[in-house]
Formats: sequence, structure tokens, C-alpha cells
Amino acid sequence: MLQFENVSFQYPQDDVPMMTNVCFHIEKGSFVSVIGASGCGKSTLFRLINGLEQLQTGQIKIDNIPIQQLKQYSAFMPQKDLLFPWRTITQNICLPMELAGVSKTEQQKRCQEVLEQVGLFDYAKKYPKDLSGGMKQRVAFARTLLAGADLLLLDEPFSALDYLTKVDMQEWLLQQWEHYQKTILFITHDVEEAIFLSKQIFVIQDRPFSEMECVEIPLCYPRNRADLKRADIVELKEKLIQKLRKGVTI
Amino acid sequence: MKKHLPAFLLAIVLLLAWQGIAMLIDAAYILPSPVQIVVRLWELREPLFLVHLPATMRVTGIGLLISIVLGIGLAVLMDSNEKIERALYPVIVASQTIPTTAIAPLFILWFGYTIWSKVLVTILITFFPIAITVFDGFKATKREMEELLLTYGATKKDVFIKLKLPTALPNFFSAIKMAIPMSVIGAAIAEWLGAQEGLGYFSKRMMTQLDGAGVFAPIVLLSFVAMLAVGIVTVLEKKCIKWRKEI
Repeated sequence: MLQFENVSFQYPQDDVPMMTNVCFHIEKGSFVSVIGASGCGKSTLFRLINGLEQLQTGQIKIDNIPIQQLKQYSAFMPQKDLLFPWRTITQNICLPMELAGVSKTEQQKRCQEVLEQVGLFDYAKKYPKDLSGGMKQRVAFARTLLAGADLLLLDEPFSALDYLTKVDMQEWLLQQWEHYQKTILFITHDVEEAIFLSKQIFVIQDRPFSEMECVEIPLCYPRNRADLKRADIVELKEKLIQKLRKGVTI
Repeated sequence: MKKHLPAFLLAIVLLLAWQGIAMLIDAAYILPSPVQIVVRLWELREPLFLVHLPATMRVTGIGLLISIVLGIGLAVLMDSNEKIERALYPVIVASQTIPTTAIAPLFILWFGYTIWSKVLVTILITFFPIAITVFDGFKATKREMEELLLTYGATKKDVFIKLKLPTALPNFFSAIKMAIPMSVIGAAIAEWLGAQEGLGYFSKRMMTQLDGAGVFAPIVLLSFVAMLAVGIVTVLEKKCIKWRKEI
């Protein structure tokens, strides 16, 4: 699905590159998390994929086609919900479809379907200020879904939520992923969150990084929170935390 | 209502103090009392309401309308390109250093006693707050929101219409609320300096007759009209942007 081929990138204001000759690929329909210390380049990966930063060397391909030749190939969900306060929930969700020129009736149809699926049908005409933090993130996810891409880039979407809401949202996200069969690339600082959600975890340890260690999670779907207490999973979690701590300077 | 009580009480106290001092001085051509002003307002109601108020409102209305178009136009231009911003911004600021009372006679020289000399003074005073405040509104657009739109394939025009315009709407209302009293002041100053009708002109005429209450009557009327207009815009603002605090 997604391929990075020898991608190097450096911000003009930085002395050190973010990444050099990075290669990896992600299978269609998988759920992959990227973990790493702050400033290691996780978000830069997303900015390169969704075209907010220009590639300097190398290629990024989706289904073997360079992204420069594609449109609407990925949908981005940032840490903050970034819902527009002057738009109703429906209008917010329809925003990517509006920009893609989808007809009004089709927009309404898809929006109603997705609102029902994310459990917010009754909130269609409300404004973001009327919703809780978790609900806003669900709306932001619905908007990301309706951008019409198979690849979803989720950048720490639950990091601002309280613990209980976060746990609920993680389980909810897995249900949505199974329902919509999308490919998800998920950035997080939270090792436990990454283990609970993902099939694979990419670990970024250095800067600049040229390769990311790929860790397979020995759990199958649907997942159960109790699995996180299994001895091998606890050991894996500790190992990952140790790896990340090496990259952190206090 | 409870919210406005302190302001209302303070106004009553000030009016009572004014009335007391005026009665003490007892010279209406120096300091007329509020009661004398209200009486004079009633006596002069026909020329004030039928001739001079409409004349001033015409100047204010046309001036404000042109200022809104000009102000927003300049804000959009400056937002569209950094070079244009760097060229225009200092010129706009410099235009505000010109003393209006000094330049207004020049406008009268150019346009005579027509409405346009007065409209020009009003524009000179009001376009600045509109241009700068709306421009600041465009600049307040969250970068993350703009980037999100770009990831959806938005063009520059889409970003402007779907994000920048709504973000700047609260600033637009603030600008209008600032510009209304300034436009009234601008029109009155211009009429003072040279006109054949209007509340400023009327006030000046009363001055030459040493009619203190007559000088104040059109001023009170002007303040009332400006407050009423600001009140209407505030109601409109509340209806249009209930999300103001959410930005």
C-alpha cells in the first residue's frame, strides 16, 4: 500500500537532517503505529506523505504510484480535533467532500451513514461547542473517513483526552478500523496504546534515522484489554520503553 | 438589565451633577443644563430631524459603506501577498498621521460644498480601523486548520472562503463597531469646516448665535444615533457569530 524508497529530508532551519535514506512499506488494511521521542521525526513522516512538505530525495508511493501523481490518497487526522466552530457537525464532516466537489445529496447520504456508524446521529445539527472531547474526536475521525482515502494518518488523536475516554476511544477506533477496512498509520507517544491498537510498531530511536525497527505485536483481533497484562506483552512494553528512553535527553 | 445597572446609575449621577453645576453657573451660553438641551432639542426638532440629521446620515452612510469596501479590499490585498502587505501597511499607517482638521479644507477646495468633501473626510478616518482589524483577523487564522484544508486538496481560494473569511468575521464586527462612531465624528468635523447642512454645520451655526443648548442638541442627537447603530450591529454580531469564543 504505502512505500518509502530512500527518502531523505531536512528542514531548512535545521543543522541535522530528520531522516536519511528511509525505506519501509506498509501492507494494505494494516494498523501500524510509529513511536519515538519528541522531535524524532514522526510527524515529519506524515507531513511528507500528505504533501505538506516537499520530498527532497527518494520516492513515496501508494500502490506503486508516486504520490505526486495522485490526489486524495491519504486523509490526515491531527492531535487537535480542528473542527470549525462556525460549522455544524454535518457541515464539518462534509468539508473534505465539499472540497472534492461531491454533490450535495451524495454528501448528505454519506454523512448520515458515517454519523450513524460513529454513534453521533443525534448531533448532526449541533455545533462543536456542544460536544465533549471524545465526541469531537469521533467527529474528526468521521471527517477523516469521508475524505475518501484508503490510507488514514492519525497523529496522536487521543493524546489530549482523559484516561477513561482515551481507553474507550481506542476500543472504538479498532471497531471502526475493522468496519471500514482502511489502512491506518498511527503516531503515538503511548507505548501501551501502540501495543493495544497495532499489528506492527515502527520504532524511531535516533535523529537522523535511516531505518525504523519493526516490532510485530503477538496479539490477534478483536483485542481485549486484559491481553495487555500477559507476561510476554508486559515484557515487550518494557523493552519498547527502554528503547525510547535511550533516545530521550533530559 | 442588571448588567447595565452600574452604567445607568453612573449616567444618572453625572447628569445630575451636570444639571447642578449648570444651575449654579446659570449661564446657558457657557454651560447649558441637560434639561435646557432636551427642551432645545424639542424646539428645534423640525430642522434637526428633517433636514440636518438626514444630511449627516447620508455622509456617514456613504462614507462608511465606501470605507468597508476599501478597508476589506485592502485587507484582502495585504493578506494575498507579503510584498503587497509590506508596501501597503506603512502607507495606510501614514495616512492616519494626517490631522483630519488640517486636510479637510483641502477636500473642500477640491470638491466644494458637495457631499463628497465630507464623505472623503469620513473615509479617511474610518477605513483604517476596518483595514487593519480585518487584516489582523485574516492573520489570526490557525495554521493547523489551513494545513488540514490543504491536505484535503483545498486551493488558496478555498482556504480564503472556507477558513479565513469566517475566522475574520468577529474582527469585521469589531471594526464596524469602532468605525460607526468614528464616521459620525468624521462627518461632523467635515460639516463644521464647511457645509450648508448637517448636524455639524447646525452646531456651528448655533455657536455663532451663542446658543449653548443649540450647540449641544445636535451633538446629543449624533451620540444617540451612533449608540443606536452600534447597538444594532452588536445584536447582529451576536446572531451571526455565536461561536466567537471558540476560535
